Amino acid sequence: MSEASDKQSAIGGEALAPETLQAAVTAAEQAFAAAADLDELAAVKPAHLGDQAPVPQARRAIGSLPKEEKADAGKRVNEARQAVQTAYDERLAALKAERDEKVLQDEAVDVTLPWDRVPRGARHPVTTIAERIADVFVGMGYEIAEGPELEAEWFNFDALNFGKDHPARQLADTFYAGEEDSNLVLRTHTSPVQARTLLHRDLPVYIVCPGRTFRTDELDATHTPVFHQVEGLAVDKGLTMANLRGTLDAFAKAIFGEESGTRFRPHFFPFTEPSAEVDVWFPEKKGGAGWVEWGGCGMVNPNVLRACGVDPEIYSGFAFGMGLERTLMFRNGIPDMRDMVEGDIRFTAPFGTEA
Amino acid sequence: MRVPVSWLTEHLELDDEVTPDTLVEAFVNLGVEVESVERVGEVTGPLVVGRVAEVEELTEFKKPIRYCRVEIGEAGSDETDDTDEADTADAEGDDADETEVDAGLPKPRTNGIVCGATNFAEGDLVVVALPGATLPGDFTISERKTYGRLSQGMICSARELGIGEDHSGILVLPPGTASPGDDAREILDLDDTVLELTPTPDRGYTLSVRGLARELSCALNVPFGDPAKLDVPEPEGEAWPVRVEDPQGCPRFVLRRVTGLDAGAPTPWWIRRRLLLAGMRPISLAVDVTNYVMLELGHPLHAFDTGAIKGDIVVRRAEEGEKLTTLDDAERALDPDDVVIADDTGVISLAGTMGGATTEIGTESTDVLLEAAHWDPASISRTARRHRLFSEAAKRFERFTDPQLCEAAVERAAKLLRQHGDGSIQPGRTVVGEVEPAPAVTMPINLPDRVAGVRYERGVTVGRLTQIGCKVAVDTADDGTTLVHAVPPSWRSDLIQPADLVEEVLRLEGYDSIPSELPPAPAGRGLTEAQRRERAVSRALAEAGYVEVLPFPFVSASVWDALSLPADDPRRSTVAVRNPLEADKNQLTTTLLPGLLDTVQRNISRGTRDVSLFHIGQVVLGGDERAAAPDPGVDGRPNPDELAALEAAVPEQPRHVAVVLAGQRLRDGWWGKGEPAGWADAIQAARLVAAAARTDLEIEAADTLPWHPGRCARLIADGETVGYAGELHPKVLEALELPKRTVAMELNLDGLPLREVRPAPSIAAFPPVLLDVALVVDADVPSAQVAAALRDGGGELLEDVALFDLYTGEQVGEGKRSLAYKLRFRAGDRTLTAEEANEARDAAVAAVTERFGATLRS
Repeated sequence: MSEASDKQSAIGGEALAPETLQAAVTAAEQAFAAAADLDELAAVKPAHLGDQAPVPQARRAIGSLPKEEKADAGKRVNEARQAVQTAYDERLAALKAERDEKVLQDEAVDVTLPWDRVPRGARHPVTTIAERIADVFVGMGYEIAEGPELEAEWFNFDALNFGKDHPARQLADTFYAGEEDSNLVLRTHTSPVQARTLLHRDLPVYIVCPGRTFRTDELDATHTPVFHQVEGLAVDKGLTMANLRGTLDAFAKAIFGEESGTRFRPHFFPFTEPSAEVDVWFPEKKGGAGWVEWGGCGMVNPNVLRACGVDPEIYSGFAFGMGLERTLMFRNGIPDMRDMVEGDIRFTAPFGTEA
Repeated sequence: MRVPVSWLTEHLELDDEVTPDTLVEAFVNLGVEVESVERVGEVTGPLVVGRVAEVEELTEFKKPIRYCRVEIGEAGSDETDDTDEADTADAEGDDADETEVDAGLPKPRTNGIVCGATNFAEGDLVVVALPGATLPGDFTISERKTYGRLSQGMICSARELGIGEDHSGILVLPPGTASPGDDAREILDLDDTVLELTPTPDRGYTLSVRGLARELSCALNVPFGDPAKLDVPEPEGEAWPVRVEDPQGCPRFVLRRVTGLDAGAPTPWWIRRRLLLAGMRPISLAVDVTNYVMLELGHPLHAFDTGAIKGDIVVRRAEEGEKLTTLDDAERALDPDDVVIADDTGVISLAGTMGGATTEIGTESTDVLLEAAHWDPASISRTARRHRLFSEAAKRFERFTDPQLCEAAVERAAKLLRQHGDGSIQPGRTVVGEVEPAPAVTMPINLPDRVAGVRYERGVTVGRLTQIGCKVAVDTADDGTTLVHAVPPSWRSDLIQPADLVEEVLRLEGYDSIPSELPPAPAGRGLTEAQRRERAVSRALAEAGYVEVLPFPFVSASVWDALSLPADDPRRSTVAVRNPLEADKNQLTTTLLPGLLDTVQRNISRGTRDVSLFHIGQVVLGGDERAAAPDPGVDGRPNPDELAALEAAVPEQPRHVAVVLAGQRLRDGWWGKGEPAGWADAIQAARLVAAAARTDLEIEAADTLPWHPGRCARLIADGETVGYAGELHPKVLEALELPKRTVAMELNLDGLPLREVRPAPSIAAFPPVLLDVALVVDADVPSAQVAAALRDGGGELLEDVALFDLYTGEQVGEGKRSLAYKLRFRAGDRTLTAEEANEARDAAVAAVTERFGATLRS
C-alpha cells in the first residue's frame, strides 16, 4: 500500500499540473460536444463530472500538497471544474432545445385538411336583406312593424283607397281565403300593416314593414306567388316629397353604396298621390352602372289618412315599397326566382348569415 | 298602345329638331311607360309600286302558288337591263302580241314574280321589292329560281315592309294611289318610328293620340291642336229612336247615321297605314274608320248595319238567360249585371265591350249607324272580366272616356265615311243623357310647393293646371289664403281632390326638380324584444348548421293523413284558399313541417342527402268559426267596435320556428365515421332556440303525431306546451317517402316568454368541491327528473349537475339503469369543507332516493 501511497502522491502532483487540468477540460469539452443526444451526453457525463473524473480527483489531491501551493492549485482546479461544468450545461441546453424542436417538428400536421364535421348553416338572403334594410331605417329613427299575412280585405284594399271595383281585387290577382263572405285575403302587399299602425299608434309614425306577400302569379323565372316586400311609411306634420326623396336616397346609398341614388318617374298607385316609380342607380349593374327599376312611392293619399283617422289637413306622409326578391335578383345577380323559392341548400348555404 | 311618332307630332307645333328620343324622354318624365321604340320602314334599294298585269296559277304544288307578271314602270324610262332582256326572250310569243296591242304607247316594263298569296287580282296595285332591295330584318331580295320559275323580286305584305304584324296577305293599294314604277317608300310614307306606350290606368285619356299629344305639349311646352275640335252641326231630328233604361250604366248615348255608303270603297292608305302601325288589322272602310277615330280621339265607336236593326234601340241590363253571339263568333251567356244594347230581336251588342254578329258591318252594308256612348267604367270593367273580353273599346271605357266627346267622335267618323266612302250624313242625331261637368277642386295656391318641398315660380300652378285643360280661377279666402279653383276638363275623371292637382303640377314641372332632403330623425326605439329574439334564433340555428328555407304556406288536405294526424287534431282545422294556383294545395298550413319536409325531399332528390333545414314563419290557425270581417267604409276611422270586429275576423297567426334533419349531422370524413342526425339533435335544436330566446324549456316525454311515440319530447315554457321535437313516426316517414329516422322540431316562437332583462349570476371565487355519484333507478325514470331531484336536494351549495355516464346491463339489473353525475359544490362566502360537501351530496342523493327509490351504485 505504501507503494500505492507514493504513487498517489506522485499522481497528485501530476494531476494538479496546469497541463493536466487543461487536458481534462479539453477532453471533457470534446466528449460533450461529441454527444449527439441527451442519452449520449448522460453517458459521458460521469467520466468528466463524476467523482472519478480527472478534475474531482485533482481536487482531492490538493490536500496532499504543501500549504503554500494549495491556494494556486485550488484556483486552478476550480477554474477547470467550472469550465467542464459550463461545457456540460451548454451542451445540455443545446441538446434539450434540439430535442424540443424535434418533438414539435414531429407533431406537424397537414393544416389544409378539412374539418367541416358539422358544416355551417345559413340564413336565407331574403331574411338577411330584410334585416339589413330594417337596420338602415332603425338608424334613421324608424321602427319595424309587422302584421298578419292572412288579412281582412278592408285593411288590404279599402283602407288603402282601392275602389270596390279595382282590378287588383280580382280573383285573378289576389288570393281569397275562408268562407265566401269572410272578406279575408292573403295580403297583396305589406301596406295593411301601415293601416293597422296608423289606427293604433300615436303620431308621428315612422315605420318600415318587411314581410311575406302574395299574388296569384304562377311561379317562373321572374315571378312567384309568394314573395317579400319592405314598405315604409312616415306620417308627420310638414313631410314633403323632398323628404321622401332624401329618405330613399339615403336608403339607396346604404344598400348600393355611396354612388347610388334614386330617380322618380310619375306613376299611379291608389294609396299615394302624387305617386312615383323609383329607379335606383346601381353601380354594379350588368353591362355598366345604370338605373334599375326598384319600387314605388309617393305622398300618402289623403283618403288613406282619413280612413285611418288621421286629419290630412294637419298631417302629411310618404310611403314607399320594394320587392326583396327583385332587389336581390339584381343586387346579387340571382338569375332565376325559383332559386330563392325552392329551398335547395346549395343556393342558400353559400350566403352564410349575411347576403 | 302603339302609336307612330308622325301621328303624335301632327298635332303639335314642334321644332324640326325634336327626335323620337326627345319624345321618349318626355313620356318617361310624364309617367307614360315606353315599352319599345321601333324604327319602321327601314327599306333600302329599289322598292316600287307595281301593277299586277297577269296571274298564272301554278297548280302542281301543294299550296297555291302564283306566277305574276307585274308592271313596274315604263320600258325606256330607264335603260333596259339584262333582266328585262332575259325576260323578253323567255316570253317571246306573248310579247309579240302585246307589242301590237300597245303600239304607240310606252311599253310597260314587267317582271315575273312568284307569290304565295292569293288576296289580289289582275290590275291591283301592289308593292314590289326588286332585286337589290333590303327589307326590315336584313332580308335582301335577289333574283332566284323557285317553283320552276324565275322570280325577279317580291310582292310585299305589310309585315314584310315592317308596317304592323298583319300577314294576312300582300298589301294591295287603293286604285289610283300611284303608278307602276313610283317609289313605294314615298307613296307608303314608310319612314317612321312607332312607340309602344303604357299609360297608367288612372289616365284613360292617354289611350289616344289626342291625349298623348296633349301630354307632350305640356312636357315640351309647345302649342297643341285638338283634333276633337270639329264643326259639329246642329242636328235635325233623331238618327234612330233610342230608350236608355239604365242611365247609371249608360249616362250618355249618341247616334249618327250615314247612308248610301259605297260598300266596296277601299280605306285610304293613310288610314290603313296608321292602323297597321298601331297594330290593328284593316278590315273595311266603316270598321277602319271607327278604329281610326278611337285611336285618334280615344273614344271607341261602334258601327251597326242599320238595315239589320229591328225597331227601337234599348240600352238596359241583360236579362237572366239572354245570349249574344259577339263579333268574334263566340256565343256568350249574359249576366244580369252586363249592360247591353238591344232591339226588337233581343240583345245586339255587349255595350262598350263588343258588338253582336247580327248587326255587324258586312261587305254589302251601305247604311251605317254610328254609336258613341259614355259607359259606367266599373260596369264595363266587370263585363270585360266576366267574359274575358279585353277589347280595345273595353280597355278605354273602363278607364273613363270623355263624355263630351261623343258628338265629335261620331261626327269625325261620319265625315271620313262621307269623304272616302261617298256616304251621306243624315241630318238627325240622337243624344240621350247628359253628363254634368266635374265640380271645381279648390286648394291653396301654394299647396304644390308645400307637398313637393319646392318653391315653384309664380304662376306655375295656374299655368300647369290651365295647360292640362282645367278652367282655373284664383281668389283670396277670408283668412287671406290665396286659393285656386280648377274645374277639370271633361276627359279627366281623376282630378277629384287637391292632391290630384298637386300631382299634375309636380309631374309637369318634373320630379327631377324635387330636391333630396332627409326629414329630421324621430326618436326611434329600435327593434322590439320579439324582433331581436327572432334574429337571435335565426342566427343561432344558422351557426349551428341549419340552412334557412322559405317554403310556401299552401298544402294539400291529404298531408294531414300522411302525417297521421287524428281526425280531431286542431292542426287539421285550416283556412282554405278559394282560388289556389294548384287546386289540391288549397289549405293554409297550420304547421311549418309540411313545407320543410317537402324541401328535404327536394334536396334529397337533387342529390343532397345530409340536410338540416330551418324555417321561421307565420302559420294560420283555423280554430273556431269567426264572424266575417265587416266593411266599415272609408269615410273616416272605423269606430272601436268595427275595428275590434275587423281584427277579430282575422285568424290567429303565430310565428313558429321549425327544423328538420335527415342524413348525417356529423359528417363522415378523414377523421372517421360521422353520426346520423337523431332525435337528440331535434331536441337540442329546441334548447338552442330557447337559449337564443334567453329562456329555458322544460322537456318531457310525449306521444304526439307525427312523432315517434317513444322518441317525442314535449317542449314546455312557463308551464305551457309550446312545441314538440324528436324522431318522426316511421309510418309518417314511409308515407312521405322520407329517409328513416328523419327528425324534426317545431315550436311556437310567440309562445316563449319574453325576458327583457336577464339578471347577472353571482360568481364566487372560493374553490369548489367535486363529487361523483352513480345512481341506479328504474329505466323509465327521465334523467331530467333525476337531475332536478339532485338539484333540489343539494340545495344552494350544489352549483352544477352534469350527467357523464349512462349504464344499463347486468351489473344494475333488469329494468334498471345507472346515471352517473358529476356534482360541483361551492359556497359563496367561504371555502367549503369536505364534510359540508359530503352532507350536501348525501342530501342530493336522498332526494333522488325518496322520489325514485334510487340506490347508490357501488
